[in-house]
Amino acid sequence: MAILEVNNLVKNFGSTKVLKGISFSLEEGRVLSIIGSSGSGKTTLLRCINGLETATSGKITVNDKVVFDSSITDKEALKALKGNQQNIGLVFQQFNLFPQYTALGNVTLAMKLAAKKRPDYKKNKKQILEEIDSIAKGYLDKVGLSDKMNNYPCELSGGQQQRVSIARALAMNPQILFFDEPTSALDPELTGEILKTIRQLAEDNMTMVIVTHEMNFAKDVSDEVIFMDDGVIAEQGQAQELITNPKTDRLKAFLSKISD
Amino acid sequence: MFWTVTQSLLEGFASTLELFALTLLFALPLGLIISFGSMSKLKPLKWLVRTFVWAIRGTPLMLQLIVIFYVPGFVAMWAQDQQSSNIFIQWLASWHVLDRFVAALLAFVINYACYFSEIYRGGIESISKGQYEACHVLGMTKSQAFFRVVLLQVIKRIIPPMSNEIITLVKDTSLARIISVYEIIWAGEAFIKSDGLLWPLFYTGVFFLLACGLLTILFNKIEKKLSYFSV
Repeated sequence: MAILEVNNLVKNFGSTKVLKGISFSLEEGRVLSIIGSSGSGKTTLLRCINGLETATSGKITVNDKVVFDSSITDKEALKALKGNQQNIGLVFQQFNLFPQYTALGNVTLAMKLAAKKRPDYKKNKKQILEEIDSIAKGYLDKVGLSDKMNNYPCELSGGQQQRVSIARALAMNPQILFFDEPTSALDPELTGEILKTIRQLAEDNMTMVIVTHEMNFAKDVSDEVIFMDDGVIAEQGQAQELITNPKTDRLKAFLSKISD
Repeated sequence: MFWTVTQSLLEGFASTLELFALTLLFALPLGLIISFGSMSKLKPLKWLVRTFVWAIRGTPLMLQLIVIFYVPGFVAMWAQDQQSSNIFIQWLASWHVLDRFVAALLAFVINYACYFSEIYRGGIESISKGQYEACHVLGMTKSQAFFRVVLLQVIKRIIPPMSNEIITLVKDTSLARIISVYEIIWAGEAFIKSDGLLWPLFYTGVFFLLACGLLTILFNKIEKKLSYFSV
């Protein structure tokens, strides 16, 4: 069963057509990489699925729940769609950690704010907060940062900051985790630790969509690859096959440019 | 004589500090509200607020003090002359001259809130969009994002310009003298008339220096306290 379905997604910024009708689906537990040159619409596609941009038209379904449908205009129905977006996690290129919170605080903040709505919050406050802390510690441990929990982002390396942001996204217990060029803001020697973390998540059968420029990594870790060019999916297929044996001229040109 | 003068100036300075503290108490939150107005997506509201800020920042504070103190009285006089049965005009006729201290406080609050609003706006607009986006994908509401994530970063950024304005406010309170509010300059000047002494007026400067010195130390402490993170 497809956990993510994108149907004929279109996004215009004014008169500029950035996405010209994107359709694809992704099975649960699979890893999809989206590649393509800058300006091809990869990041916009990601942002539309995450609700950071509102697509012009089309439909997006996550786990059979509609998260975006341009034919819905009713305000109440739109609110319900927003709730469904909670099933999607996003790791940013620029980390976007909250600087005034420790690594642990970054992971727990959203959970603690959400917990305030629980009916038993007042009664079991201490217990609930301790539970959240221990969940967060588990995720920080998973990304190998249990010794940096009480450090502030400015005291961490770029790679460590990005791992905190991965732990923060995981803590929301998303059904799909998106990565927007997760290594592009890092020094080359720091990208390895992020790729290792993502590889571990893939082994745990996390469903992931990764926008990336790391071709070897995309080939290695992902099951499927989508090559975007000028707002459309120019080529799509099984990762190994697509990157080693490109069929379209556009993908051939892109891959040879990247390997230069 | 020195002690008599010191005592009298201290009393005047207490009134100065009261004006200073009350101005901050009202102007700091009001400035934040005005900054929201000046960043509003509602174009008419935005331009109304920005025009108001322009008018307040574009005219002398001393003039604003005079206007706020005298205008209600003039309005009432004019309305009483109309002898009208119109409810609105009768209401205007019931206005009276504001208490001197209240008029000064009102002028300072409005003036400083406008300056503060621009400092807030600069601080808020300097926070990267990514902070709001991270909050959004983590399911936080807009107000949670602002109060739990953005605000402290804004505060850290605006401490230096804010401390500038607040130190200026200590000295600007002396402008209240123009509408005869009792404060330290008034107290110092009184010795010219009563005893023919000029030095008490000069002596008031020491009080301002001390107050500003203390504020400088306080702001340095706050800056240090917020140095555990970088924005």
